[in-house]
Amino acid sequence: MSDHESDQGGHHPRPLSSAALRAKAIESLLVEKGLLASDAIDRVVEIYEKDVGPLNGAKVVARAWCDPGYKRRLLDHGTAAIAELGFGGLQGEHVVVVENTPKVHNVVCCTLCSCYPWPVLGLPPTWYKSLAYRSRIVREPRAVLRELGLELPESVEIRVWDSSAEIRYMVLPQQPAATANMTEAELASLVTRDSLIGVARVEAH
Amino acid sequence: MNSVHDIGGTDGFGPIHRETGDSVFHEPWESRVFGMSMLGAGLAPIPLDARRHQLERLSPVQYISSTYYERWLARIDAALVEAGTLTRDEIDKRMQMFAAQPDLPISRREDPLRAQGIGNILRAGRSAARKIRQQPRFAAGDKVVTRNLNPHGHTRLPRYARGRRGVIVAHHGAHVFPDSNAHGLGENPQHLYTVRIAMRELWGDSAEANENLLIDLWESYLERDKTAATSRALKNPSARKKVVAKTLPPAVVRSLARSRRGLGKTIRRSR
Repeated sequence: MSDHESDQGGHHPRPLSSAALRAKAIESLLVEKGLLASDAIDRVVEIYEKDVGPLNGAKVVARAWCDPGYKRRLLDHGTAAIAELGFGGLQGEHVVVVENTPKVHNVVCCTLCSCYPWPVLGLPPTWYKSLAYRSRIVREPRAVLRELGLELPESVEIRVWDSSAEIRYMVLPQQPAATANMTEAELASLVTRDSLIGVARVEAH
Repeated sequence: MNSVHDIGGTDGFGPIHRETGDSVFHEPWESRVFGMSMLGAGLAPIPLDARRHQLERLSPVQYISSTYYERWLARIDAALVEAGTLTRDEIDKRMQMFAAQPDLPISRREDPLRAQGIGNILRAGRSAARKIRQQPRFAAGDKVVTRNLNPHGHTRLPRYARGRRGVIVAHHGAHVFPDSNAHGLGENPQHLYTVRIAMRELWGDSAEANENLLIDLWESYLERDKTAATSRALKNPSARKKVVAKTLPPAVVRSLARSRRGLGKTIRRSR
């Protein structure tokens, strides 16, 4: 994805890309024809830029690490347990949470498009939707994870979840050592988006 | 359809470039395309399955050479022209106008009620689960083979997972069937299962050991793995008679009674 047009606010605007021009043209025409409301578009964007993101998933994970009963509910009935924390909705109607252990590592993908558990992780990052990730993770997961900085010995079973239906997957990462005294909020701050997809560990720093 | 979107296992796309930062949109137009698309983009409402199929129907060259939101934009653009909501000429002229005056703001129309209601719509979601009377054909632990289906229309059975042996690990009840729903042919809900397939079953010896795929597949994508039933029967003489009688022709069953070694030969022939 090119970043060269992202420079906003200059007095001499650079020429817009063809995509930017087409998007502007279509939006202005649909608004003028009364088929779209500008503030409705603003609101959708605002929700996924500010309200719904991986912090939700991090809170779910931190709760599971602190509360064994919640963890059991989360692994047995993901959608309902996630709803206990107030999260749910579009692209998260059926969430299954899969647990990483010393013997099993889970990683999530969507080879056919870009399916991703929005209510707990927000919109997917570009690399998750990239042709490279979609093509390779189901073919050589251990090599891909190694390339992304996650070395897993052959003794660890790797499970790749290809989201081919409307079930959405989130990884419950392993709690790092030496974090037992942390509060739930402190634990949540350690949990990254990448660890919820399964391409990273949670580090205790 | 067998097109480039079905990319699992394809070589040549190089390393994965992980971007830094958490921003989900990289340019302002991407967020506008996302917002417009989520609101239906002035098009008649169609199921998500049909929207996915519109993306798949972009030409392979365009699909591969576009960024993610360029594909979303191309989908809206093509669908609006096809529906007659906008004309190609209208879009081209407006693009020229914005090219000549990059600072020109996009027209605005406010609809506060609509804007306020969106949070609830997104929060409600839209479940694909349906109740059906038909009993599930499979249960956890059942050995299955994915069918070698190659429809020209929409399907969620990726090429790399066709004709492969696996095990049912979960049953999710019945879900809307994308292969018909994408084409306006009805929801036809079917039982949905998570199937585990070993990477070595998918990719042969080139795959590393101790790696498994888990994939969600509808009942009509699956058949019972009869070879698994037969091999289990070979190991377990008490079950042998029953399974073999179900899966093999009577003449073969009779020969089995005479010689266990003969079974191997007959099975190979009868495949």
